[in-house]
Amino acid sequence: MKSSRRIATVFSLPNLTYRVWKVWLRNLDVFMKTYKVNFFPPLLEPIFYLVALGYGLGTLVQNIQGLPYINFIAPALIAISMMNSSFFECTYGSFVRMYFQKTFDAIIATPVSIEEVIAGELVWGATRSLISSSIVLGVVAAFGLVTSPLFLLIPLVAFLTGLMFSAIAMCFTSLAPNIDFFNYPAFLLITPMFLLSGTFFPLTDLPGFIQIFAKAFLPLTHAVSLTRALTIGNLESSLLISLIWIAAATPVFFILSINLMKRKLIK
Amino acid sequence: MRVSFGRSSMGLDALIKAQNLTKRYDDFLAVDSISFEVFKGECCGFLGPNGAGKTTTIKMIHCVLPLTAGSLIVSGLDVSKRQREIKKMVGVAPQEDNLDPDFTVLHNLLVYARYFDIPKSEALKRSDELLKFFQLGEKRNVIIDQLSTGMKRRLILARALINEPQILLLDEPTTGLDPQARHLIWDRIRSLKKQGVTIILTTHYMDEASELCDRTLIMDNGIIIEEGKPADLVRKHVGEDVLEVDYGDEVMKDLQEKFPDARLEVIGDRIRVFTSQPHGVFESFLKDFPTKGAAIRNANLEDVFLKLTGRRLRE
Repeated sequence: MKSSRRIATVFSLPNLTYRVWKVWLRNLDVFMKTYKVNFFPPLLEPIFYLVALGYGLGTLVQNIQGLPYINFIAPALIAISMMNSSFFECTYGSFVRMYFQKTFDAIIATPVSIEEVIAGELVWGATRSLISSSIVLGVVAAFGLVTSPLFLLIPLVAFLTGLMFSAIAMCFTSLAPNIDFFNYPAFLLITPMFLLSGTFFPLTDLPGFIQIFAKAFLPLTHAVSLTRALTIGNLESSLLISLIWIAAATPVFFILSINLMKRKLIK
Repeated sequence: MRVSFGRSSMGLDALIKAQNLTKRYDDFLAVDSISFEVFKGECCGFLGPNGAGKTTTIKMIHCVLPLTAGSLIVSGLDVSKRQREIKKMVGVAPQEDNLDPDFTVLHNLLVYARYFDIPKSEALKRSDELLKFFQLGEKRNVIIDQLSTGMKRRLILARALINEPQILLLDEPTTGLDPQARHLIWDRIRSLKKQGVTIILTTHYMDEASELCDRTLIMDNGIIIEEGKPADLVRKHVGEDVLEVDYGDEVMKDLQEKFPDARLEVIGDRIRVFTSQPHGVFESFLKDFPTKGAAIRNANLEDVFLKLTGRRLRE
């Protein structure tokens, strides 16, 4: 009885108003103040990967699914940037604002509620994903690796994927006793996803159970599939599963993370 | 403990009313069923050692901590239900520095104003006035990191006023400041009081409480142990004069004989003599007993505080 009520409270619908955007705007203001630092990593990182892995390693690798190696990994770099930017924004970034800067304490002394603060953080994390992946998309396009007009839909995928990873990240933040704690999800979740989500080689090269595991539990797999399909214009029915996976997981983690954070902060 | 409701009969309205207000953490009772009222336009001080429950009470008043039990009404609104409305009319200056380190002084105020839905032009106008009021005008475009502790404190106070609050909650507003900064802040608090702002203040400085507060509530271990005007409390608990003498067995005996009703307290190598006798009671003793290191001083709120809460260190 008690535990079922506990579960009910972590999935109760948060009461959100337009004030979510005030929190989002605060983060945008900070971002714009330091935009030079913020724009460089997503601009330079994909260039290094494309040159080193695409041109360098790529000469040793045969075509994958009819694609030159550099064309195969380019969309994955876009998807990885969605994951990294949103996940790290809502772990390290949110933790610093919550714990060291006491920014959340300052905001909840105003008519903005704690639910709205966390929702604002999540939407901001999704926005970071949109910004970073769009820069990477630009780099990939500059290398001539975008071959379908469907790429115009990638920002939509970026926002949704970013929201999902932000919400997953925020769940970890709600559990984090200190900032070093984030080494665990970074190492045990982000690194395996970075390598095992059909990013640098096709998932089909792996043993069957790993393929199933990746599709079931590594959400980056689905972001990579969608981004790759939209970059090269190769739509398949299996993409629907990826879309549904992300669309279903996002609201669940969104609501869960808000309630967990509320429980952590309001005692 | 019940507090006197005398002032409401004088036509003053209770702006904040707590009844059996309780806050319990797992196995720790931070606030233990306290009842009090704060009247419109007064400056009410919450005094107490660390862990007494002052900050917890303040946080319940501005709706960031839910109550465990009891009721708390702020300006006619229930804190458990009408949080946004209450937060709109309350200004809070917390103990900790939670300014936004990424922004300048002015930008801190503007971003904060946005949380209250204050339009940009109005926010700019108010910010300019507040920065002038707290003598921060020249710092308006400086990043927070480059401010001194005193400037940060003043900015936190300015920020607490951006929504033109009816009620101002100041949690240790002058802790860690130099005397110049303290006096500037005292002066500003007095001027806000004149403008009709109701102020609740916590402090560890008894001179600050005597200086600013119309009324003080002394808390310890989650309950209110005494309540009243600072001067009344001093008279009631420690009288008017305090005699301090260097310790000596001879002197001690003599004091006990001369002032059988007095309370003698030995702290380090000094004896303090408290009495309920009126002003001037120690004059003759000082004349007959020209000991070195003997002095008469006025009794003060710190004497009351230490008498009521003891000398044991907290936390």
